[in-house]
Amino acid sequence: MFGRDEKVSAIRLTAAQYMILAVFLILAYGLWRLQVMQSDYYSLAAERNRIRNVPVLAPRGKILDREGRTIVDNYPSFSALLLRDSSRDLVADADLIAKGLHLDPNELRVRIRRFAAMPQYRPIFLKDDITPDELAFIEAHRNELPELDTIMAHRRLYPRNGFMAHLIGYVGEVSEDMLNQPQFELYNPGDVVGISGVERQYNAVLMGQNGSRQALVDSHGREVGRLGETPAVPGKPLKLTIDIDMQIAAEEALGDKNGAIVAMDPRTGEILAMVSRPTFDPNDFAVHVSRDEWNKLVTDPDKPLLNKAIQAQLAPGSTFKIIMSVAGWQEGIAQTMHVHCNGSADFYGRNSKCWVYFLHQTHGDVDLAKAIFQSCDVFFYTLADKLGINRIAKYATALGLGQKTGIDLPQEASGLVPSEEWKLRTFHQKWYAGETVFVGIGQGAVTVTPVQLIRAISAISMGGKMVVPHVINPSELPPNYVDAAHLTDVKTVPIDPEGWNYITDAMLKVLQPGGTSPLAAVPGIEIAGKTGSAQVVSLENRAKHKDNADLAQNGWFVGFTPRRNPDVVVCVLFQGGEHGKLAARLATQVIKAYVEKQRRNPQKMVEKPSGKVEVGGLWDTPDPDGRRDKLEGGRFEVDLPRKPLAAAVAAPGIR
Amino acid sequence: MSRYVSFRDFDWVLLVFVLLICGLGVMEIHSATEHTKFAGSHIKQVYWVVGGVAAMFLVSLVNYQALLEQVHWFYIASIASLMAVMIFGQKYLGAKRWIKMPGGNHFQPSEWVKLILILAVAKYFADMRTRELSWSDFMKAGAIVAIPMLMVLKQPDLGTALTYLPIAAMGVFLGGMQWKQGMVVALVAAIGVGAVFFVPRVHVLKSYQKQRLTSFVDPELDPQGSGYQVEQSKIAVGSGGLWGGKGSQTHGAFLPVPQTDFIFAAFSEEHGFVGALGVLLLYFIVLMRLTQNAQTAPDRAGTFVVMGVVAVLSFHILVNVGMVVGFMPVTGIPLPLMSYGGSSVLFMFLALGMVMNVRMRRFVN
Repeated sequence: MFGRDEKVSAIRLTAAQYMILAVFLILAYGLWRLQVMQSDYYSLAAERNRIRNVPVLAPRGKILDREGRTIVDNYPSFSALLLRDSSRDLVADADLIAKGLHLDPNELRVRIRRFAAMPQYRPIFLKDDITPDELAFIEAHRNELPELDTIMAHRRLYPRNGFMAHLIGYVGEVSEDMLNQPQFELYNPGDVVGISGVERQYNAVLMGQNGSRQALVDSHGREVGRLGETPAVPGKPLKLTIDIDMQIAAEEALGDKNGAIVAMDPRTGEILAMVSRPTFDPNDFAVHVSRDEWNKLVTDPDKPLLNKAIQAQLAPGSTFKIIMSVAGWQEGIAQTMHVHCNGSADFYGRNSKCWVYFLHQTHGDVDLAKAIFQSCDVFFYTLADKLGINRIAKYATALGLGQKTGIDLPQEASGLVPSEEWKLRTFHQKWYAGETVFVGIGQGAVTVTPVQLIRAISAISMGGKMVVPHVINPSELPPNYVDAAHLTDVKTVPIDPEGWNYITDAMLKVLQPGGTSPLAAVPGIEIAGKTGSAQVVSLENRAKHKDNADLAQNGWFVGFTPRRNPDVVVCVLFQGGEHGKLAARLATQVIKAYVEKQRRNPQKMVEKPSGKVEVGGLWDTPDPDGRRDKLEGGRFEVDLPRKPLAAAVAAPGIR
Repeated sequence: MSRYVSFRDFDWVLLVFVLLICGLGVMEIHSATEHTKFAGSHIKQVYWVVGGVAAMFLVSLVNYQALLEQVHWFYIASIASLMAVMIFGQKYLGAKRWIKMPGGNHFQPSEWVKLILILAVAKYFADMRTRELSWSDFMKAGAIVAIPMLMVLKQPDLGTALTYLPIAAMGVFLGGMQWKQGMVVALVAAIGVGAVFFVPRVHVLKSYQKQRLTSFVDPELDPQGSGYQVEQSKIAVGSGGLWGGKGSQTHGAFLPVPQTDFIFAAFSEEHGFVGALGVLLLYFIVLMRLTQNAQTAPDRAGTFVVMGVVAVLSFHILVNVGMVVGFMPVTGIPLPLMSYGGSSVLFMFLALGMVMNVRMRRFVN
């Protein structure tokens, strides 16, 4: 027992002092560790904190047409963002901000509250691609609303209304899937890259290289100074082989119809126009595509995102008869073959009908020329039967069918050329001779893409010189751009000159009275071509489902002008167009636009821009009884006026 | 017992060192808030310090022995005020810690409860008649602190609740704790901490409190939350180097609340290892001076009162500076005398007032 005045144990008090000393030694060690031992590390960390690498975005290269006219440009687009400076009452400012930026004030307040738990330096993105008056609002309220800021990015300005949309493609943020692919390994998340079309194929040329700026920032991410800058390297402009005038003609020809049009220079493989329908507006993707919009585009049965010119694989119908004719001629069968068409013929126990059967007509005696311009099915059933599937496949394959053409656009489809070997490999079944008959008229298993068909027909029209279709002239690309090396390859398909002359002569008659499509003829222009009407279901079945639009036949037409040494080939796919002659009218419109342009701007054909120029021309003198158009041709000299060319017609929607 | 006391016996040395620390604090508050919306805080801090010194003199005049005689009433009043907070308290940021007073002021009872606890614990052990602590004394002393502590924890205010612990610990230790008891306490504490963190059913801590503590263990788990704060604090301290630097962490607002909880980080960044060590030395001198006063106290109660203050002050320094250098989790405990804030300054000076009170009566009886 001890008294009230007894002292507290002195040992324990001393122990307490030592404990305090221990605490201070530990704390002093903590300071020593950070400030002396790891001082360099933390000084660096402080610098990194303070200095932020702000990317300086490189504008993408413009996309131009073959004459240097702008198709795709960039425009500066501003996004509004909210810096979360703690000195401002954001909720109180929400009404004014919402009014100026045309947002819903309640929604804005909810968003500000939701971000309250996020780190301060992360700004809230309010609105992308703000309008000029919204930008003006932010500029005018710099003092009242210092927390409002803008960030500028270059955005793509595409032609409006889906003009050329499939060929150009569109850009978007690089996806995680893409980052895993080897060709995108150098990109960073958030980079804007081409997602489809030319934008994707030539992304490396168009993209440029982002620069960076070392900015001094505070913890709110607000820039308070600048240390240095690495400038951005803008993307290079890309000159397409497309001719805007031709493209406009093709776009207008196809209008709202389903299908595709391709125009190509058969001498080089340069694509002059490429249209696919239905189309989409890539400007919708330039900012933000909403989930609904995207789903609508993806689930649309007409597949608006598909570039049908290179991705639609369909039965070529009667256009395939040209390939059949070449095969038949080269094998020495077609030129001497004569068939009597009764409207139908029996093959392997099945009555195969000619298309005239449904008009209650017959073709009568048919030779190869008549079989081409009247598109007699019975003739080609017989020819196919005589050739056999393997010989047909040999020539179709030699003319580039059933394989990718190598066009410089992504995701080209390869089509299909059936053969005995193919059927065995795919279905483990024997090929039946009866199937060959239908391949002879471009039905059955054979499928082509418009670009394959145009390449094959162009090769025939050029006497066997087969080019690779392309939308960029490789000489316009940076040197050593390996991906484009194959675009100028030329293959020679051996075709007897007498044969292709005969066949193209017959194709000329297609657009003359007595041919399948005389009404598509354009006076004064020599057009050789071939129509095709490819069945979606057999004609007998079709009759059972009357007026079902989904079963309507696909109309095809491939044509070129002039008949010898052509300088343009056009292929039209008119889905649900019922008959090739409707497709032919669309094609001849495009050809007409081409020829008229050449006649208007003859310097495109010669070296000399002025003075006396020798011009080739074709014209017609109508017969007095109007029964038959006579085409006359000749060459003559004209004086070129020294007047400036009319300003180029810009694509619709380009400002 | 003479009623004669003189300010000649006042611990002027202690006051000088305390005011030196306060001065450095005011300076740093000025530097850290210069271009922010808190600019001018240092002037307010000066007012608080002046007010605190005045309060200190007032408290030193009232005989602590008289206060101790009435401590049970104070204790009951403090429990009542904590209950009032539970019932009438103002909810702010998810915690009920304040009572709105007439005139628009907010009163946080948990701060002054600390003072009462120091007195209550001192009174309890001063009246104890054995040299060795019995288990029942141990439990009773624990209960005196545990009851208000649980109530504050309920608010929830983990930081303040934790500051009650050292009062009990110091009392028990000086009161004659046996080794056995120390071991048991350590064991129970270890099991308790384990249960709070690893048994999912135990909901003693709110999830943000747990997160603060777990993010301390692994800052990568939550780089932008409290782990981020610790990381920024370490960067601030480390970049200060030996002699101090530009203070980009403090002035670029990377350092959270540089004028209150992280004032030591801000000071260390601007004045380096030398400056920070100097401040630690000042605190150490203050603490040693206080323990010296405890040794010369006229009675057991006086020793316990002074050592209670020493315990609270040491604990604050340990937890705050420990947090700043990354040894301790973020708990929201300010650095006494330096951190900006009226209640923290007032508490320290009231506590010092009691110390002075004890010292001025050291030659009495």
